[in-house]
Amino acid sequence: MRRLVVIGAGTAGTMVVNKLRPKLPADEWSITVVDPAGVHYYQPGFLFLPFGIYSDRQVSKPLAPRLRKGVDLVRAAVDRVDAATRTVHLESGDELAYDYLVIASGTTPRPAETPGLAEALGGKVHEFFTYAGAGALAAELAAFGGGRVVVHVAEMPIKCPVAPLEFVFLADAYFTKRGIRDKVELTYVTPLPGAFTKPISAAYLGDMLTERAIALEPDFVVESVDGDEQVLRSFDEREIGYDLLVTIPVNMGADFVGRSGLGDELNYVPVDKHTLLSKADDRIFAIGDASDAPASKAGSVAHFSVDAFVPNFLAHVAGKAMPEKFDGHANCFIESGHGKALLIDFNYDTEPLPGTYPLPGVGPMRLLRESRLNHWGKLAFRHLYWHMLLPGRRLPVSAHMSMAGKKRPPAPPAKPASDIRIPADF
Amino acid sequence: MPVTTIAGRDVHVDDEGFLTDPSEWDRELAAALAEAIGIEMTAEHWKIVEFLRADFATEGETATTRRVQAVGGFPVKQQFELFPKKPAKKMAYIAGLPKPRGCV
Repeated sequence: MRRLVVIGAGTAGTMVVNKLRPKLPADEWSITVVDPAGVHYYQPGFLFLPFGIYSDRQVSKPLAPRLRKGVDLVRAAVDRVDAATRTVHLESGDELAYDYLVIASGTTPRPAETPGLAEALGGKVHEFFTYAGAGALAAELAAFGGGRVVVHVAEMPIKCPVAPLEFVFLADAYFTKRGIRDKVELTYVTPLPGAFTKPISAAYLGDMLTERAIALEPDFVVESVDGDEQVLRSFDEREIGYDLLVTIPVNMGADFVGRSGLGDELNYVPVDKHTLLSKADDRIFAIGDASDAPASKAGSVAHFSVDAFVPNFLAHVAGKAMPEKFDGHANCFIESGHGKALLIDFNYDTEPLPGTYPLPGVGPMRLLRESRLNHWGKLAFRHLYWHMLLPGRRLPVSAHMSMAGKKRPPAPPAKPASDIRIPADF
Repeated sequence: MPVTTIAGRDVHVDDEGFLTDPSEWDRELAAALAEAIGIEMTAEHWKIVEFLRADFATEGETATTRRVQAVGGFPVKQQFELFPKKPAKKMAYIAGLPKPRGCV
């Protein structure tokens, strides 16, 4: 009997076990998934909780029924992995031996990484990347009568890199609807040089901030949060005052990854970005947010990477070459408020571009443009998540990104060769 | 790929001026790049640049400010003092390495 152990029953881990169980004969393979939680959260829904758009019941369900028959669930926290003896040590002292291990333990916000932040949380400082945090923020927003609202990203990478932008767009719409938008000053503070990471989408999303009178404070590397003075301070000595700070703390992979010597400085597992096999150990894969693959930390990336992972895993355990190459495909809706949303579709090599998705010219979704249909797509996705994605059923979209329907704007003319070149923003 | 003349010789750079072939780098070139962006290299600057070069050689990625602190032992505050305003980009520029990836 061969033993597969999966650490983490979030989006990636649940899809992995549910897709592999029918492919691995029950008399040859055991599949065990380890997770201390009793509940599975639909994390994209956390964005909507602060604005009262989703209820608690829409974003959480008991974990055990999400797993296929024949998958063993161990409700426990992991202390460390001993790769040399292929053993997972649990915090309870129990051990799980494995032949193959999949690390799918995700990433979590770490307020303690920023001086002053952990102490300030709960007063005028909030976050919405945890279920409890999103709930507390809902109460704060409902009571908010006006002032300076600062939405802040501490450091990249974070889970769902578009979520803070969506939050600030939804906040603009929310305060408008309440009739107090003119009493609220909205500021978006980011360590990136612009609204988003890549040039074309950063320019488009930056214009959307301007249209909504949301101030952008780029290149802000936070040094500390002063909860008493209600000030955010950067390493280059800028200060931003707030009446309500909505922060996305530093994100890090699970601590057991670091304790096991399997992680980088943020506890992410270094992997081959096309196969997700650990660079250190050919019995260990890392999938979803837990890996250091240079893709978005997002459910869609987990989904597309699982599609590539399954045939690769089956080949790898049979001693064959892995046939699939994950391309870093991500596909994210960006809520922009007032019942509209954008859609972006990109991968390791291609930045988010305008166009239509999935069909060229037809869509029906529009890429990098606001539309009502995109918003309905985002809302409909919650049902797909619970009923198609997690159970491991196939969605009718390609795992690999396609250029069909995408339009690349003409490149600016090449600069003539010259003496030393200096980046424009130095 | 554009070619530019730095310290009397031709090197390959991208549109922003970051070297695209780390093997074309040497200390003379680094000093010229630093001077162009108003930085006078001191022993402390060189220590960080040398850490970045060595780390890139083993990792294949340009170290982030967090990694320069956690692995190299140079506090972020010091990185900001030596390479003002945009340490991550400026350190990579002088070290002849790709701009640190904007994580998407």
